[in-house]
Amino acid sequence: MPAPRLTEITTAACLFFIFLVPLAGAGLSLMNVGLGRSRSAGHMMMASLCALAVASLAYFVCGFAWQGFIGSPSHILTVSGKNWNWIAAEPLFFRKLAFDGHPATVAALFQIFCVGLAALIPLGSGADRWRLRASCLSTGMLAALTYPLFAHWVWGGGWLAQLGVNYGIGRGFLDVGGAGTIQVVGGVTALAVTWILGPRRGKYSADGMAPAIPGHNAVLVLFGCLLALVGWIGLNSAGAILFTGGEPSGSAMIAVNTLLAASASALTAAFITKVRFGKPDASLTANGWIGGLVASSASCAFVIPAEAVVIGSVAGVAITFSIEMLELQMEVDDPGGSISVHAVGGIWGLLALGVFGQLQRPILNVAGDSLPSAISGITSGQWLAQLIGVATLLGFVLPLTYGINRLLNRFYEFRVSVEGERQGMDLHELGAGAYPEFVTHTDEFLPR
Amino acid sequence: MKAVGFLMLPAGWFLSLAAIVLFPSPPLRAAFVLAGVAVEALGLIFAFRSHLIPREEKR
Repeated sequence: MPAPRLTEITTAACLFFIFLVPLAGAGLSLMNVGLGRSRSAGHMMMASLCALAVASLAYFVCGFAWQGFIGSPSHILTVSGKNWNWIAAEPLFFRKLAFDGHPATVAALFQIFCVGLAALIPLGSGADRWRLRASCLSTGMLAALTYPLFAHWVWGGGWLAQLGVNYGIGRGFLDVGGAGTIQVVGGVTALAVTWILGPRRGKYSADGMAPAIPGHNAVLVLFGCLLALVGWIGLNSAGAILFTGGEPSGSAMIAVNTLLAASASALTAAFITKVRFGKPDASLTANGWIGGLVASSASCAFVIPAEAVVIGSVAGVAITFSIEMLELQMEVDDPGGSISVHAVGGIWGLLALGVFGQLQRPILNVAGDSLPSAISGITSGQWLAQLIGVATLLGFVLPLTYGINRLLNRFYEFRVSVEGERQGMDLHELGAGAYPEFVTHTDEFLPR
Repeated sequence: MKAVGFLMLPAGWFLSLAAIVLFPSPPLRAAFVLAGVAVEALGLIFAFRSHLIPREEKR
């Protein structure tokens, strides 16, 4: 499979979009901080920074070598005469990258931001109880193994991307902006981490009650949403150019679809909470916004704006009820709502591409010669390709990441001690709180 | 129950993979992929149920 070519203008546009992606990370970090307790706020921001650092280094050391790019050397299994490209065979430490504007170098830059974004997702679920070093270890494994493997299958010309060429299943598994590769991979890792950590103390009492532990700063949460929008526009636009052969001129529609999906999802979540609880809930509305962005990522280049609104609205409903079901019925304590927002929202986005997607131009990472030039998601079997991708995320990535994190937990316990949880992660692990002026010094009230 | 759940997840995935390779007919292939996803869903339910917190550990 030949490597794609990018013109200078396309490369410049792609780089511009890639430079927006860290804003998505900043947005998610602020949301995670705001949705956690005030006594763990500094720790959460520190963990976000460390996760980005560890993810970048791990991806540099071996992540890219195993992910590769379309047309790069890879290990191939032959099954019934068909090639199953399962892992890249690039040298470690970016050694083969010349950073001369070749699409592989642009993809490497994009991916190093994407893997950082995926690493931030589990932090929201482990808030208030996940030790810093443990989160760094888990992030290292995510960036070095889990993420690159699945991303190779989707974005590196792997077997999922080639389902169309090899077996005539649509155009193969498609994921423009990483709804599966970034969001669901991060979301199922968040689920694994939450299962291993268990709930925060006081979350589930013996009488069957599950009292809400509200986030400490709604302003941070909502500002994070606004930052994330900018980052997501960059993420979806750059992904469309790099992995589906889109033109920079298509970015206007991608940005519109991204915004509309987020808007529909947030308003749906606000409406549902208003109807059910009497007032719109800020944290669920924020989660709805991010869920809409996540759901838009898979299909933003292949749907019309009206379909993006439908995708966003369904995401808003699914995420709102999923958060409640996980918390109350499944007893999964996820302070940041990461599992529902990223895993549920991402899975819906992937399936929505199979339902609504109009694939009217050749897709970059499949040969596509034998396929008609314009096909719809339903009639071509694209829905089946998307379903196989979702099955891979649930049947392979989730058990893999659960196993890895359980193994890490045996060597280095993930959960902070009871005393540490009571004291707060800031004081216990960092030695200082994020908001020192909130502390009341008893000696100030002593008679002089 | 936890082990059963986590075994059913890859089992469902393998069923989907087998369907791709073994069945060239689209309806049959789709049916077996859907069956694989159903097995995964069942595995996920087991996995969730096995992580419910025992009453005596709730605090």
